[in-house]
Amino acid sequence: MSFELILQYLLSGVTSGSIYAIVAIGFNIIYNTTGIINFAQGEFVMIGAMTAITFSTFMPLALAIACAVVITSMVGGLVELLFIRWLKHPSVLRMIIITIGVSILLKEAALHIWDEKVRALKYFTGNECSSISIFGAHISPQVLWVLGVCGAVMVFLTLFFRYTLVGRSMRACSANRVAAMLCGINAKNMVTFSFMLSAAIGGLAGCVISPLTQTQYECGTPLAIKGFTVAILGGLGNSTAAVAAGLLLGIVEALSISVLPVAYKDVVAIGVLLAIIFFRPAGLFGNRAAGALKEF
Amino acid sequence: MNVQRYVPLFIIAALVVAAQLLATAAGQPFYLTQLTMAAYYTIVVVGLCMLMGYAGQISMGHAGFFAIGGYASAALTTADFSATVHAGLGRFMVKAGCIALGKNLYGADVARLNPWLAFAAAIIITIVIAYLIGVPVLRLKGHYLAMATLGFGSIIYKIVLGTRGLGGADGISGVPEFTLVPGLSVTGSVAARVLNYYIAWSLVLLAALFMHNLVDSRAGRALRSIHGNEEAASAMGVDTARYKLGLFIISAVFASIAGIFLTHYNGGIGPSEASIMKSVRYVAVVAVGGMANLWGAILASAVLNFLSLRGYFGSYDEAMFGGILVLVMLFAPNGILIKMDWLKRRNKLENKR
Repeated sequence: MSFELILQYLLSGVTSGSIYAIVAIGFNIIYNTTGIINFAQGEFVMIGAMTAITFSTFMPLALAIACAVVITSMVGGLVELLFIRWLKHPSVLRMIIITIGVSILLKEAALHIWDEKVRALKYFTGNECSSISIFGAHISPQVLWVLGVCGAVMVFLTLFFRYTLVGRSMRACSANRVAAMLCGINAKNMVTFSFMLSAAIGGLAGCVISPLTQTQYECGTPLAIKGFTVAILGGLGNSTAAVAAGLLLGIVEALSISVLPVAYKDVVAIGVLLAIIFFRPAGLFGNRAAGALKEF
Repeated sequence: MNVQRYVPLFIIAALVVAAQLLATAAGQPFYLTQLTMAAYYTIVVVGLCMLMGYAGQISMGHAGFFAIGGYASAALTTADFSATVHAGLGRFMVKAGCIALGKNLYGADVARLNPWLAFAAAIIITIVIAYLIGVPVLRLKGHYLAMATLGFGSIIYKIVLGTRGLGGADGISGVPEFTLVPGLSVTGSVAARVLNYYIAWSLVLLAALFMHNLVDSRAGRALRSIHGNEEAASAMGVDTARYKLGLFIISAVFASIAGIFLTHYNGGIGPSEASIMKSVRYVAVVAVGGMANLWGAILASAVLNFLSLRGYFGSYDEAMFGGILVLVMLFAPNGILIKMDWLKRRNKLENKR
């Protein structure tokens, strides 16, 4: 393999990897405040992209994306209010089945609101032909947008969780729910808020990746599986590690294309997921001793 | 023998006969075709009901096992072995009746594997895969178990969709009929419709009888104790890993058998049978029936699959199953048909006395 080819694979791996990382961050936010894995996370990505595509037909792109993010975030909040908030001590099995059911409902709703056509948002800068050359490898400018947004989300979340009252309240809930409530934090509202936040991030991710990956009503589930893989790979709940794990998985996947048929790309990713779940359930970067105390 | 234990079985058998008589009397015998297909899906549900309801282990990948059985049998029975029949093992298998020589639609010579051999091979493949997946997966709990089985299901889906030898997106068609014994074969032909209806439902009842007896056996009590509290069960000397794995393999084999028979009945199989949505549907049906209620699950499966196959839900088919899943888990996590379980509860009281 020539240097340019390897670089090309690496860059395409970094692109898909940063997409997975954003989805994984959405999983982590909800997991941290509730201990729930939200199987409908992929659908938030799809809804964000679909809404933005519809809005962009009659508004400027930036405004359409902003509206799409707000709407997705409201959908996320609604899901929590309708299906999660009023359950008392639900079992894990029950929560899994409910969020899977919600993901099907969202997907089918999208099928009836839009249709089964594959759509894509406009490229933010340039078009599908424009490319930037880096040391002989070519990438679309949209890739830079994906990487930029991924980085911006990371910075935003770090600042949000460290310096704002709401962010710190959410962290308090995840550390010790009862203690947080004794301090006067409304834990239930924090859960709703975490759903809204993770839906908003999912929706934003959907908008940024739509020009590259294109969007269809069914595209949520595969993204959710990839995002979950990355979240586990990095260690559930750890968003910085998720970014590293996302890039790693993306690169492994991209390199796998050079030896295996493209159709088996997802098989490689899921194989990684299964291997991690079996051998290192605390994640690559997680603490083994701490992981042993958790229920997997 | 305690006859009372088997009353639900007799009720289901009576309903099966009644449905056939009703459909024939009403002059709508084509309903039986969908009821036959529903029966095969019900066999998957019976196995999954045991796994989820009694042992408390969720599987989001049972459509994968269904597809493994169906695809293995379809690939083996449609393959042409004529290149091998002239020498060695091939000739021996023709003599032993394992490979049948014949002509295809265009008059060319073909050699077909006996469906029973394909059946045996498919079951062995299923057991091996279920074992290899089950050993690591069943160590997991909760989200991890759900995601791992979901991952397994989607690997199978991607593989059958992406492999040209398995027909890719078209699947495998032209699967021959499966002659169980001379005069009794699994086929979709109209002449054998009623017969096939009874073959399918007899299999369901057999599967249910097997599981019903398993529940009340030593192994069944061990499995229920695992559901209650795995650590406690383990402390009492129950080999939890072995029992969970055993039940996982049994339920995988059930799904595989259903896949094999439905493939021969339909004359083909497509990748959609392996899709995640199918796995979710099986889970939804078990949830509606009441997690630990075999008879409820059978009824729910017959009704829901029949309505879905007849197309009553229209384009809202998958939304219906998603909606049912959410509503049942929100408002009646033990299932809406749990009240039907009065008989089992009465038995329990008697056992206490």
